[in-house]
Amino acid sequence: MIINWKAAGPLIALGALLVLGTLINGNFLSTGNMTNILTRSSFIGIIAIGATFVISSGSIDLSVGSMAAFIAGVMIMFMNTLKDLTDLMWLVVLAGVLAGAVLGMFAGWLNGILTTRGKIEAFIVTLGTMGIYRSLVTYLADGGTLSLNSQVRSMYRPVYYGDILGIPFPVIIFAAMAVLGYVVLNHTAYGRHVQSVGANEHVARYSAISTDRVKIIAFMIQGACVAMATIIYVPRLGSASSSTGVLWELEAIAAVIIGGTLLKGGYGRIGGTVAGALILTLIGNILNLTDAISNYLNGAVQGVIIIAAVFLQRGIGKKQK
Amino acid sequence: MSSSNDSIANSLDVLPALRASGINKSFGPIAVLHDIDFEVYPGEIHALLGENGAGKSTLVKILAGFEQPTSGSLAFNGAPTVWDSMRDAEENGIVLIHQELNLAGLLSVEENIFLGREIKKGLFVDHTTMRKKSRTLLDQLECRASVTARVDDLSVADQQMIEIAKATSRNANVLFLDEPTAVLTPHETKSLFKLLRRLKSEGVAIVFISHKLDEIEQIADRITVLRDGKHIDTVPAHSVTKDDMARLMVGRDLTEYFPHIPVPDKNADIVLSVQGVATDTGIVDAGFDLRRAEVLGFAGLQGAGRTALMEALIGLDPITTGTIQQNGTTVKFKTPGDAKTARIAYLTKDRKGKGLLLGNDLVHNFSLFALEKFTRFFINRKAEKAAFDAAAKQFDLRAASPKMLAGSLSGGNQQKLLLAKVLEINPDIIILDEPTRGIDVGAKSQIYGFIADLVSQGRSVIVLSSELSEIIGLSSRVAVMHEGRITGVLEGDQITEEEIMRFATGLGASTDAGKNNTTTATTVEEIS
Repeated sequence: MIINWKAAGPLIALGALLVLGTLINGNFLSTGNMTNILTRSSFIGIIAIGATFVISSGSIDLSVGSMAAFIAGVMIMFMNTLKDLTDLMWLVVLAGVLAGAVLGMFAGWLNGILTTRGKIEAFIVTLGTMGIYRSLVTYLADGGTLSLNSQVRSMYRPVYYGDILGIPFPVIIFAAMAVLGYVVLNHTAYGRHVQSVGANEHVARYSAISTDRVKIIAFMIQGACVAMATIIYVPRLGSASSSTGVLWELEAIAAVIIGGTLLKGGYGRIGGTVAGALILTLIGNILNLTDAISNYLNGAVQGVIIIAAVFLQRGIGKKQK
Repeated sequence: MSSSNDSIANSLDVLPALRASGINKSFGPIAVLHDIDFEVYPGEIHALLGENGAGKSTLVKILAGFEQPTSGSLAFNGAPTVWDSMRDAEENGIVLIHQELNLAGLLSVEENIFLGREIKKGLFVDHTTMRKKSRTLLDQLECRASVTARVDDLSVADQQMIEIAKATSRNANVLFLDEPTAVLTPHETKSLFKLLRRLKSEGVAIVFISHKLDEIEQIADRITVLRDGKHIDTVPAHSVTKDDMARLMVGRDLTEYFPHIPVPDKNADIVLSVQGVATDTGIVDAGFDLRRAEVLGFAGLQGAGRTALMEALIGLDPITTGTIQQNGTTVKFKTPGDAKTARIAYLTKDRKGKGLLLGNDLVHNFSLFALEKFTRFFINRKAEKAAFDAAAKQFDLRAASPKMLAGSLSGGNQQKLLLAKVLEINPDIIILDEPTRGIDVGAKSQIYGFIADLVSQGRSVIVLSSELSEIIGLSSRVAVMHEGRITGVLEGDQITEEEIMRFATGLGASTDAGKNNTTTATTVEEIS
């Protein structure tokens, strides 16, 4: 009963926001607005799915926003270079996408290896890599903006703007990643190991679980998710700069926490994370539709929601005792 | 026991330091204490005895102001009292030392002892005085820990001593100790008892909870037995035997406390042969052989290296030199996973810190070690649940629901869950580190029965225990460790408390043993 409440909490909040939005503006529930909300949620949502793994394993990754900007920058430069070598634009895009995916997983592996083998706390490691990636993208862009060649971009465009049966491509990817993440976290031995390592690393080690491996893979999943979010983000604007992905790490962590995953690890909920990402986007959307609260207060409202969510979860946790 | 104590309890002119009358306590609909009367006099050591879940800890918490009774009354030095809070009780000199340690691990010993009552010189903390006082307190306990050491860096036993020093520094009138000896060696327990006797002579009223009957026999003046939340009896300690105590606790006769485990044939296969093992964790030169279908006991004082040796053997810590042979083949376990593949299971003595995920449900805990067994690509939850149900039945695991959290099980049931967990891989060699620590008599004898079953199935068991009676009762041979070495392997009628203690303290075989027995102790050199 109590467990059900825990799972239902973010969904109830989501429902309440939907009702609120409908009351404020009749157009809120229109297909156009709903598609817009889902599409915009997908970047943070996909990254937050990876963050659910890292946080469940008892770590944290602060580098995801910078990592996204860096991957976007490298992908754009890579594709611009390739474009001069071949006329097959689909090949250029495919190579760029693969490069992004490989880079993302490598960046995740690096965070993982530094935390486990280097025995440095994840907070410190990823604070460091966060600064490194942000600075690297600024350097690559020479302080300005890296723009994707227009020929490549027109080939790449559908990855963000395309749809299948009216469902935007990013939403389809978001949904697929969520299902995949859910299955891995809840129905495989690896998912069980992630949550066990997060709950008590000693117990995991004494249960013959290779805790370093579990953590490194969690960081690599996070890297792959960041890469996936970047792959659908690049065709949206066709550019990357030092301001790309700023504060995404905090939004992703917020989505995870609102969703009911414990920040100290040991318990993760992918469904909650998806709801959390949607809640964050909805707040911004509703503020846009109303004059009651200034749009400039978006961050403040999000902040209140995060604190309230954790407060409520803790209340429920206490009752359980 | 000496009779000097009877005068205290019998003299009518002395008021009890603390008296509880008609205490009832319910948590929601569940009643845990029924109409309990209890009193403790100044200068008395009153033991509180009962199985896990009998209500000892709850009663003590009510007496010390941590919990409020549902009904009933308390009297402090004869005056009716209601403790508003533990703080209120503490200000009147009521001190409770919990089962779980309550120390600030990153602070020093001295800072912990005076936590919240720092001695000040003007605005600043007076470290010099605090250190001096801490030293005196620890010396009384014969605890050699440095007062400036960080608490996290100390052994659990030293931490327990610091908890006790902290309590006694508060000028206690009434001192409650909830299983203080669970993590102490016999020697440390002796030091603690010396201190308790001194406090008693100073007129402190002491309530002592323990599962160890021989300790209660040694230290207690009176014994109160609880069973299922009811007061069963209060008797002078010298009037009962250990058997009486056990009977009062469980309400039935405990015939055959230790099961009969046959001694294996001298020529039985050697399943594990360890030679010249050294580690960075303090093992110097350890070697022993384990035979098929035997219980090999491991005895030694705290810090002798028993746990360190076993943890190195199964790949938790690296081995620097030495060889391990399993069934005649040289093996090397780099990780606990390697040892698991070789069907060696280790049950940790730190059930709560390293054994179980206290915040997770029973099934999750049960299947964690053997998860591959239930996994093809996905975890087969049906098979997992079925295996859990079978194990719960086999190990008599009493739980309200498989969905309940491991942390809310009683100690005995937690231990059975942990045992079920490590045995689920169907191991050939089972290493049990303190398999009965802090659990009640009933669960203990069940665990002994499980060990006997394992042996009868042809498996080999290593038992590490600080309870000599347990080692002696179960083992066909006993390896004794001292300062990272195995100083001797005792067999047959060499296995006596005195002989084990001689090897454990590094004295070597007694000449007496040589006279009484035809065999002499096998030393490491002879077996390797």
